[in-house]
Amino acid sequence: MRGLRGMLLGLMVSVGAIAGAKAQTVEIEYWQYVFDARVKAMNELIKRFEAANPNIKVKQTTFPYADYQTKIAAAMPAGQGPDVVQLFYGWLDNFVSAKFIQPLPRDAFPPAAIEKDFYPIVSAMKRDGEYYALPTAVRSLALFYNKKLFQEAGLDPNTPPKTVDELLDFAKKTTKRDGAGNMLSAGITLDFPGQDYHWWRETLLRQNGGAPYSDDNKTVTYNSEAGAKSLNWYADLQRTHKVGQVGFMDEGQAAFRAGRAAMTIDGSFRLGAFGGIKAFEWGVAELPASADGKKANFASYWVNAITTKPTGPKLEAAKKFLAFVTTPEAMQLWLETVGELPARKEAAETEKNLNHPIYGPFLKALNYSHATVFVDEMAQRQVSLDMINRVLLQNQDAKAALDEAAKAEQPILDRFYKK
Amino acid sequence: MSAASPLALRIEPGRILAWLLLFGGGLLMVTPLAFMFATSLKDSSEIYDLAFFPAHPTLGNYVTVLSDGRFLRWFANSFGIATAVTLSNVFFDSLVGYTLAKFQFRGRYLVFIAILSTLMIPTEMLVIPWYVMAKNFGWLDSYWGIMFPGMMTAFGTFLMKQFFETVPNDFLEAARIDGLNEFAIFWRIALPLVTPALSALAIFTFLSNWTAFIWPLIVTTSKELYTLPVGLTSFAVESQVQWELIMTGAALATLPTLTVFLLLQRYIVRGVVLAGLKG
Amino acid sequence: MNASSSRVDARSGARLSPGLSMRQKQVLWAWSFLAVPVLFYAVVRFYPTLEAFWIATTNWNLLTKPSFIGLANFKRLMADPVFWQVFRNTALYLLLGTPISLLLAFTIAYHLDRVRFLHGFIRALYFLPFLTTAAAMAWVWRWFYQPVPIGLFNNLLAGIGIAQQPFLRSTTQSLPAVLAPAIWAGLGFQVVIFMAGLRAIPTTYYEAARIDGVSNGTILRRITLPLLKPTIVFLVVFSSIGFLRIFDQVYNMTSQTSSDPGGPLNATKPLVLMIYQTAFSSFDMGYAAAQTVVLFLVLLVVSLLQLRLLKDR
Repeated sequence: MRGLRGMLLGLMVSVGAIAGAKAQTVEIEYWQYVFDARVKAMNELIKRFEAANPNIKVKQTTFPYADYQTKIAAAMPAGQGPDVVQLFYGWLDNFVSAKFIQPLPRDAFPPAAIEKDFYPIVSAMKRDGEYYALPTAVRSLALFYNKKLFQEAGLDPNTPPKTVDELLDFAKKTTKRDGAGNMLSAGITLDFPGQDYHWWRETLLRQNGGAPYSDDNKTVTYNSEAGAKSLNWYADLQRTHKVGQVGFMDEGQAAFRAGRAAMTIDGSFRLGAFGGIKAFEWGVAELPASADGKKANFASYWVNAITTKPTGPKLEAAKKFLAFVTTPEAMQLWLETVGELPARKEAAETEKNLNHPIYGPFLKALNYSHATVFVDEMAQRQVSLDMINRVLLQNQDAKAALDEAAKAEQPILDRFYKK
Repeated sequence: MSAASPLALRIEPGRILAWLLLFGGGLLMVTPLAFMFATSLKDSSEIYDLAFFPAHPTLGNYVTVLSDGRFLRWFANSFGIATAVTLSNVFFDSLVGYTLAKFQFRGRYLVFIAILSTLMIPTEMLVIPWYVMAKNFGWLDSYWGIMFPGMMTAFGTFLMKQFFETVPNDFLEAARIDGLNEFAIFWRIALPLVTPALSALAIFTFLSNWTAFIWPLIVTTSKELYTLPVGLTSFAVESQVQWELIMTGAALATLPTLTVFLLLQRYIVRGVVLAGLKG
Repeated sequence: MNASSSRVDARSGARLSPGLSMRQKQVLWAWSFLAVPVLFYAVVRFYPTLEAFWIATTNWNLLTKPSFIGLANFKRLMADPVFWQVFRNTALYLLLGTPISLLLAFTIAYHLDRVRFLHGFIRALYFLPFLTTAAAMAWVWRWFYQPVPIGLFNNLLAGIGIAQQPFLRSTTQSLPAVLAPAIWAGLGFQVVIFMAGLRAIPTTYYEAARIDGVSNGTILRRITLPLLKPTIVFLVVFSSIGFLRIFDQVYNMTSQTSSDPGGPLNATKPLVLMIYQTAFSSFDMGYAAAQTVVLFLVLLVVSLLQLRLLKDR
C-alpha cells in the first residue's frame, strides 16, 4: 500500500517536473560591469549556451564600473538583480557577508575538482570549506611598449626593458617635451588608480624586499623601509626624472592608445582595447625585474557566483550556466576575445599559449604572482590613491605618506577581521 | 528698452568699448559650446591639434555614437519623462494654485503654507526616503520611479497662484451664472487667461527635468531606462576617454535645447524671467 | 441640482440659502481639486521629510532592520575629518560662487541693458549656457582642463609662455576649476533676471536725476541698486542654494573610471556628493540621512540669514 502510494507520488512528481520543464523556458539574469570585450565575449558564450540549452534564456545586464557594486547592492535587497553575477575577487567577503551570493552547490562544483584543475590563486574563493565563486579567466600585469616611439628614440623596438633601471633609462629616452618643458609624450604612464597601485604594491614593494600585508593578511606592513624606497622610486618618475605625469591625457591607457606614451603597465584585459590601435605597433613584455633579478607580479580575477536569488528551476539553470562559463572551451574563447588567461591550468599552459608573443609574458607571470586579499577593495584603493596624491600633489615625504595610509587602512582590515 | 533710452542717446567712446567688451564676453560664453561642436566633427587623429575648425569635418563620430541606438533611447526617455512631468505640473500646479487663489474655504491658508513650506526642504534630504519608498513599492528602475517625486512642485503652485490672483473674479462669476461647473470654469475660463504663466512653468519644468541628474542616477539600474545625462556619463566612461566621442555625446545632449531656444528665444527668456521673478 | 435646492430654500423661506449652498458646493469643489495634490504632498514631501529625520537617528544598511542609535550619527559626523573638509568645500563653493557670479551678472546686465545694437543676440550668447546639461558640459570643461597636449587652457598658457597648471589634479586649484562651469552655466539666468529688474525701475527716477546733473556712479548707488534690492535678494538666495547643492559638475569632472569622486584628497567634495557616496556607495543610510539633515539646516540658516541681512538694510 505504502509502496504503491510512494510510487504514485514519485510518478506524479516526475511527470510534473518534466511537464514543467517542457512547458516553460527559464530566464536567468547575468550581470557584469561594462568592458567592451567582456560584454562581447559573454554575448558569444550566452549564444552558445542557449543553443545547447534551448529552455534556458540568459539576459545580460551591464553597468559602468564606478556604479557596478552600488547597483548590485541596490537591487539584491529589493529581490531584483542577477541570478549569476560577476564580481571582482576582492569583493567576495563583502558579497558573502551581505548574503548576496550563495556557496556553489557541491553536486555541480565539487571542491576537490576545483582545487585540482584551477590555478591555486582560486583558493581565495573558499570560505569555511565552501567555494563561493569561480573565475573564467585570470589576469596578470605586463609592460606594453610602443615600438614606433622606441624606434624614434633610437631604441631597438624588439628589446623591451628587462630591469627597472632599464625601464627608467628607456623612459628618459622616449619622453618628449615642448620648448617650455611641457610633456608631449610620456616615457611611461603614471596612473596609480589604474594598475600602478598594484604594480607598486605587489611588484615594486616586493622587489625591494617588502611585503604589503602580513602573512595572515590582517596587518598592514607596507609602511616599511622597502615601502618608502619603492614609493620614492615610483614618485621620482614624475618628481625627479619627469618621464611621466599623473593625469597626462586623463588616463594612462588613453595616453598609450593615442601614441602619447612609450610604455604603460596594464593588465591582460587591456589587450582587446589596444587591439584596435592602428597608428603604431606595440609589444608586450614581462614586468621588469629588480636590479638583482627579482620578479613579482599581481594576479587578479573576476569570478562568477550564484546569487541568493534563484531557487528551483532558476537555480538549476544558474548552475548549468556557471558550469558552462568555466569550461575550457569558454576559457579559450575568453582568452581570444578579452585577452584574459584561462583559469584552468591545462587550458592555459598549452605550448601555443606559452610561446605566444602577447599571451606568453602574462602567462609566465602567473607563476610568480600574488593576488592581494582585499577586504574592501574600493576603500583600500582609495587609501592608496590618497597616499600617492599626498606624495605627488602635496610633496609629502614617502615614509609619512605610508604611515598615514597604514593608519587609514589598518582599521578597514580590523573592522573586517573582527567580525 | 525704454529704461535704457534716456542714458543711451549719445554715442560715447566708452559705450563702444563697453559694447565690444560685452560682445567679446558673450563670445567667450559660447566658446565651450563651440569647441564641443567643432571637436565632435573631428576624427580621432585630429583632436590633438588645436585648430578650432576640423581640417576634414566628418559626421563619423555621430554615426558611431548613434549607431548602437542607446543614445536615441536615452533621448526618448528624457523627452518622455520631461514631457510627462511637465504636463502633470502644468495641470496640478495650476489646479492647486487656482483653488488657493479663487476659493474661500476653511483650511485654505493652512494648505497654502504647508505646500509653500516644502520649498524649504532640499531634494537631497528626500532622496533617501524616496529611494526607500521606491524600493518598497517596486518602483526602482522604472519610469514612474524617475518621475514620481516631481509630479507637482510648490514652486509651480506658488507661481500659478500669483497669476490666478490677477484674474478678475467677475469673469468667473459670469461663467458661474452661465451654469458652467467649477472645473469647466477653471479649465475653459481661468486657464486660458494665464497662458504666459503656464508656458513659463512648462519651460522651467521641462528644462529642469531634461537636465536632472542625481535622482535618475540613483533610481535607475537598467541602461534602457537611463535619461540622457545619466546615459552620457556612463557613455563617457565606456568610451575610455575618447574625447571626440564624448564631445559628440555632449553635443547630442545639448543640441535639442539649443535648437528649441534659437527658435523660441523670446518666449523662453520671458518665461524664465517670469518663473524666476514671480515664483 | 440648482433648481431643486432653490425650491427647498424657497419653502424654508431663507433668502440667503442659495448663496450658502453655493458656498458649500464651492468648498466641496475646492477639496475635490485638492484631494490628489494633498495626498501627493503628504506622501511624497511630508512623510519623507519626517522619515529622513528618523533615519538620521538609526544605523541602517538597507539589509537589516534599522536600529535606533539616537544622535550617534551626528556625533560621528562631528568627529569625521572628511565631513569638516566637505563642509569647508561646500562653504567655499557658496562664498566664491555667489559673489563672483552675481557681480559678473550685474555688470553684464547693467551694460547690456543700455546696448541696443545686437541686443538680443548678445543676450542669447550669455543665456545659452543656462540651457545646457551640466553633466554634458562638465565633460567639456574636464577636457579643457587636461594637461598639454590635449587641454585647451594649458595649451593657451603654454602658447603665451606660462607654465601649465594642474587644475583638476591639484588640491588647491581643483575646487575653483569645478566651480567655474557652475558659474558659467548659471550666469545667463542671473543676467536676464537682473535685466528684468532694471527694466522695472521707472524711467522718471533717472530723468529726474539727469536733470539734477547727478553722475552715473551716484545714480547707480542711490537709485539703481536700492530699487533693485528685491531682485538681488532673490538672486542671492537662489544662487546660494544652487551652489550649496552643487553635485553634477563635481561628479562628472572628478569621478569615473580611475579617478576619485570629490578628489583629489577630497578637495572638491561637496556635501551632496558625500551624501550620495555614503548612501548609495556605502549604503550607510543612517549616516547619510544625518548628513542630509545638516544640509537642510545649513540651507535654512543661510537663506534666513540672507533674507534678513538683505531685507533690513
